[in-house]
Amino acid sequence: MDVNIAPSTRPRASTGVHPSPDSAARFAASRSPRLETEHLSVHFEDRSALDDVTLRFFPGETTSLVGPNGAGKSTLLKCLAGILPPTHGAVRLDGEPVRRPSPRVTYVPQRSDVDWRFPISVLDVALMGRALGASRLWPVPHRDRRAALTALGAVGMQSFASVQIGALSGGQQQRVFLARAILQEADVFLLDEPFSGVDAPTQSLVLEILAGLRQQGKTIVFATHDLAMAQESADACVLLNRRVVASGPPAAVLTIANLQATFGGAALTPGMLAMGR
Amino acid sequence: MLSTLTEPLAHAFMQNAFAAIVLVGVICGVMGVFVTLRGLAFMGDAIAHAVFPGVVISYVVGGNFLVGAIVAASIVSLAIGVVTQSGLVRNDTAIGVFFVGAFALGVAIISTQQSYARDVTNLLFGSILGVSRDDLALTAVVGLGVLAVLWLVRREVVTISFDRTYAQSRGLNLWGWDQLFLLLLALTIVISLQTVGNILVLAMLVTPAATARLLTVRLVPMIVVSAAIGACSGIVGLSLSYYRGVSSGASIVLAATAIFIAVFLFAPRTGAITARVARRLHFGHPERDQCAEDQPAAEARGRWA
Repeated sequence: MDVNIAPSTRPRASTGVHPSPDSAARFAASRSPRLETEHLSVHFEDRSALDDVTLRFFPGETTSLVGPNGAGKSTLLKCLAGILPPTHGAVRLDGEPVRRPSPRVTYVPQRSDVDWRFPISVLDVALMGRALGASRLWPVPHRDRRAALTALGAVGMQSFASVQIGALSGGQQQRVFLARAILQEADVFLLDEPFSGVDAPTQSLVLEILAGLRQQGKTIVFATHDLAMAQESADACVLLNRRVVASGPPAAVLTIANLQATFGGAALTPGMLAMGR
Repeated sequence: MLSTLTEPLAHAFMQNAFAAIVLVGVICGVMGVFVTLRGLAFMGDAIAHAVFPGVVISYVVGGNFLVGAIVAASIVSLAIGVVTQSGLVRNDTAIGVFFVGAFALGVAIISTQQSYARDVTNLLFGSILGVSRDDLALTAVVGLGVLAVLWLVRREVVTISFDRTYAQSRGLNLWGWDQLFLLLLALTIVISLQTVGNILVLAMLVTPAATARLLTVRLVPMIVVSAAIGACSGIVGLSLSYYRGVSSGASIVLAATAIFIAVFLFAPRTGAITARVARRLHFGHPERDQCAEDQPAAEARGRWA
């Protein structure tokens, strides 16, 4: 079960064939992973949140993270971001152990972590991607402002630059956070449920942006409840329920047997079963 | 009219008092913006009470009350942090336990002193008319220092207030930044003690900022408006106190409260009454409402005709 993520073959036709460990190993040898976890475990007091998670994430590859509530998706993303120190095991960025958050990794938190009533404009939220590193004495340089407006333009939010963030719809807020992440010029994008509570046009716009980032060789990991999205919009998929149930090309991972092992048979809805094969 | 405001300034002690309350109004107004935005009003109240034993002890031993206050505030905020982090007690419960405890300690110590009643009144409600030139200088130096530090760390404070998880992912040490903010808050409260006193300082922190939030959705205008309201309520309250012989701390706070209520009721767009009146006025336009109502109907007719 514990198969490492292998880069999928392109075009992403679902072959339905699980790559043999042998071919995966060969492929991995030719490209080194950007981000990897090694026997990662996280314990909160008496409860285990993640158990022996070993995964690899490659440049130019999008990985979807699927699992029930409480499966440890957010915990894993926080470990990858360097926010949460693992109890056992390690996270490596380009082979170097991650001990604290790196500017090369950007993290888009779940919507519920944010104070939406805070009086801050869309432009200033996007600028956070740059401003934290700027000089304390001077205002944010003009080129950073221009870059922020460009990034907002890329996510279709330029005309909202002066609007207070709480006045936007959920989808628009998500796009502003994506602009902030882009401005950070990171190599790794970690997104915690970027599609929950987001309208369909925004979903496709966000997916388009993520596809563009992937084209630039960025590593993208997103957590989702949407099995269709996990399959169609990612090169690799991880089924997580505290431990890795399965990982690899989505078509090979999202089988009925694997989904039942992840979600428990009773929790599976007919729609989810229709997705698996 | 103007002479009503300038007449009290003929007295030196009133000059000091006005200068002190404008300083305190501005500094509390600015810090209060972050206190209210971060939901730290209760924590502010706690620190205001927590500095009490420190001030009392330094008063008894004849030391610098600023140092005593900072030490006491640090100990209490650290104790609250430790107890909260244990996960056994909620944060607001821990605040409740420690601030009343610290306050009682202050009362216990001061009650052993001879001049108990007068000292306690001065500490609790302020003695703005007794502000000396030296007090004024101390307030100005510490207050401007607080504002300068707040300005230097503005981006971190804003990021942490808005989105804590993202701030963490940028490598900000939340605990350290929170402690720094609480230290600035403690300093703000300490320099306000003499002017408005231990109990009423919370109003100077919360009320102007809450009023400003009703008037704007932008941070910088909110800070400017909050500071202006703080200073204005100080001037109005102190004038009223001069002419009517009311306790100065109380009349300053009452002025701030009156401004809040007025804005709450009559603010453009958000006011409880103005918004209602605006709706009424709007429904008074038959042709405009007619249009709005008829549009879908006309569309439907067009589609099905």
